[in-house]
Amino acid sequence: MSELLASDLITPDAGETPLLSLPSISILKAAPLTRLSLRCREAAQKDAGAAFGAELPLSPLSNSTAAKRAALWMGPDEWTLLAPEDDLRTVFDGIEEKLSAQPHALVDISDRSEAVIVSGDKAVWLLNTGIFIDFSLELFPVGTVTRTLFHKAPVMIWRTGPDTFVVEAWVSFMEYVAGLLVQSAGELEAA
Amino acid sequence: MLLIYCPYCQVERAETEFACRGEAHIARPADPSQTTDEEWVEFLYMRDNTKGIAAERWRHIHGCGRFFNAVRDTVSDNFLKFYKAGEPKPDLEALAKEAGK
Ligand SMILES: [Zn+2]
Repeated sequence: MSELLASDLITPDAGETPLLSLPSISILKAAPLTRLSLRCREAAQKDAGAAFGAELPLSPLSNSTAAKRAALWMGPDEWTLLAPEDDLRTVFDGIEEKLSAQPHALVDISDRSEAVIVSGDKAVWLLNTGIFIDFSLELFPVGTVTRTLFHKAPVMIWRTGPDTFVVEAWVSFMEYVAGLLVQSAGELEAA
Repeated sequence: MLLIYCPYCQVERAETEFACRGEAHIARPADPSQTTDEEWVEFLYMRDNTKGIAAERWRHIHGCGRFFNAVRDTVSDNFLKFYKAGEPKPDLEALAKEAGK
């Protein structure tokens, strides 16, 4: 997985057994992360990026990464910032200090969602069992990040490799999302 | 299913990601304390309910979360224009003509 974007950040949770492990697809629970929601105007974007350690991406649905940092575009004035679990205090306080004179909202949402890593030849096929998005590499290149719906649950999809996606859902929806992914993948086993 | 273009995400997505929030370009009275009950009723409840070309507010609720506006033919469901919140109301007649209505 070393060639993947953010492979130092999004890692399988070593303590968890794989949700699914087939030759053509695997679904692994991701290890806990620091997740911050940042909302601010243009004037604060540069400072926020400098304090965080990765600049805030400005084009829609894009990401920017640095060592152990990822900033994901959620909206024109909204980003999700990812860092290792233990860096929460450092990152949070660093941004607050730098932005102390500028209007902004920084919220710790680390425990709001969980992530699974869906990877393999059939990853796109599997996601499309519940998502109406064209995941071809021309339209949804590596690095693209978006919120959308998986069946009836809101999810965040981040493509970290040609055949690898991070799928985040709110904690109480994860059983539904992961459950449906595993169930739909059952079709591959039958074939 | 309708395909809707979000001017913030700059992509076309399925209708299920969006919520329609009714007629667009309805200005809130600038000074509510000086507004009569009739004017307040007009602002809160009275809508054109256009049959034909209308400007509506939409929200990309399961995407970027932003509100934007769209011009839609309420008869055919055909969208004629998508634009960001805060941009002026387009000339609906001109858009209708362009679309051959
Ligand atoms: Zn959007």
